[in-house]
Amino acid sequence: MSVSNRLSKKKNKKVSYTKWGYIFLLPFFLVYCVFSLIPMLSTFYYSFFENYMSGLKTIGPTFVGFDNFVKLFTEADLLKYFENTIIMWILGFVPQIAVSLLLAAWFTNNRLKLKASGFFKTVIYMPNLIMASAFSMLFFTLFSNNGPVNMMLVDAGIISEPIHYMSSTVGARSLIAMMNFLMWFGNTTILLMAGMMGIDPALFEAAEVDGASSSQVFRTITMPLLKPILAYVMVTSLIGGLQMFDLPQILTNGKGGPDRTTMTLIMYLNNHLYSKNYGMAGALSVIIFIVTGALSVLVFKMLSAQREER
Amino acid sequence: MKKYAIYGKLSRGFRKGYRYITLIFLTLLCIFPFYLLLVNATRAHVDIQRGFSILPGKSLVMNVVNVLGNETILIVRGMLNSALVSTLTVVLSVYFSVMTAYAIHAYDFKLKKAAFHFILLVMTIPTQVSALGFVKMITAMNLKDSFVPLIIPAIVAPSCVFFMKQYMESSLPLEIIEAARIDGSGEFHTFNQIILPIMKPAVAVQAIFGFVSSWNNYFTPSLVLTKAEMKTLPLWIAYLRSADFTKFDMGQLYMMIAFSIFPVIVVYLLLSKFIVQGVTLGSVKG
Repeated sequence: MSVSNRLSKKKNKKVSYTKWGYIFLLPFFLVYCVFSLIPMLSTFYYSFFENYMSGLKTIGPTFVGFDNFVKLFTEADLLKYFENTIIMWILGFVPQIAVSLLLAAWFTNNRLKLKASGFFKTVIYMPNLIMASAFSMLFFTLFSNNGPVNMMLVDAGIISEPIHYMSSTVGARSLIAMMNFLMWFGNTTILLMAGMMGIDPALFEAAEVDGASSSQVFRTITMPLLKPILAYVMVTSLIGGLQMFDLPQILTNGKGGPDRTTMTLIMYLNNHLYSKNYGMAGALSVIIFIVTGALSVLVFKMLSAQREER
Repeated sequence: MKKYAIYGKLSRGFRKGYRYITLIFLTLLCIFPFYLLLVNATRAHVDIQRGFSILPGKSLVMNVVNVLGNETILIVRGMLNSALVSTLTVVLSVYFSVMTAYAIHAYDFKLKKAAFHFILLVMTIPTQVSALGFVKMITAMNLKDSFVPLIIPAIVAPSCVFFMKQYMESSLPLEIIEAARIDGSGEFHTFNQIILPIMKPAVAVQAIFGFVSSWNNYFTPSLVLTKAEMKTLPLWIAYLRSADFTKFDMGQLYMMIAFSIFPVIVVYLLLSKFIVQGVTLGSVKG
């Protein structure tokens, strides 16, 4: 606040520097317009045209209005792919948020005095930085029919026949959810820890004086005060989940197998881009934009609410 | 409650114990896939086919030599391409993000607030929704199989701008700029010579994250690069997945995956303190 007071006091001096604000903003906005805004608008424009390859022949572009959108919802399996994406997101997110809450509560609880917490934090965050495509390839080889995991389980006598993880819907979806979980629970733990450390320590002390147990403190103090951050984590994770691509794409070689039950929205978009079905790709982009846009507005409101609080 | 008092010590010991057991279990879960990767990358194809092993093999050098000598799958070339693209990407995105944040932090102008809100909104729009127009445009501009469409757009890094803005609010007093002006330093000179050095800690954190995310990026490069000598690492990983597995040397395959994963792990272990702290700095604060 003191900054803005100072700025208004020196207003006369400031005026001459105004143009520099615009000059320094120029590169960002120029590149944004050329490489993001114009491509985005042209993508939306293509969504109203029928334009695809039939063999070597190009069909269109012919203006068809909202036909592509109608087709996506009636003829194509858009809703199925949306469902796949959401199911895999939930399968990964539920354990992720549960484990992260637990770990964050332990790491920030001074009474527990956990040893080596720095080490644990370092290890659980690590998978977040791994190349998702390579991680997925690694899981593909480890969990393949004669891969190390099956060999290990057979050797240990836990199973008699190798499990075909990738050819069952549950298996393939679980592998993707597990990778998502491994890649993101460390990150979420650290975010939630920051939130928990922001809670007034006096509240915890008062609870301790009153003889509250750790779980009581967690339920009645930590959780309610953590709600805004939890909501933020959930919505940003959902936005990320809707963009799920690398993991299922590599694990299933772009096919979304078995029987397209792991095909996500972005994989579907990618398929249309490769088969040069531009009309459908455009319409799909618009739908993804609207859904993530609505969620983003939610995040945006949360962020600005928090900025005002401070 | 009474029970708790009687068995206090015992139960406290047990409670602590299950926390450590949970943590150790999660640690193993995080490490085990990479440990298996390490083990199998050091074993020969026949050994891997024969069965599972918990201990590394003796074929490390052979696998490395085979990967380096592979003439169809150019992993080393891919690494060099990835390193080149990631380095240039980071330099551009960090430099221009500081510049953009500085414009909003240090100057007073009409569209200041609108510009900042716009940047926040850009942050939440997924890149995939403009992919179609992007591919058509770079094809028309004859920029397919070029690194330019991967590098130049890095100037727009809204989350990096947001991070820099947060950092400036806490550690860049405007008096410094005033002082520089009195000393006769031009605005651009002030930015390069005075502001950038002050921003070093924030730049370091964002450089790490920027490098890693560019190194790992798969979606956009897969739309832009098709020629073998231009492919980045993630594209080679995708190529491995689409190859015919029955004819593949598994030792070599694991080594190729190791090539794309272990450099990041090594860098991470060296810089982990920075990174783990950096995660929270740029995001929301409670």
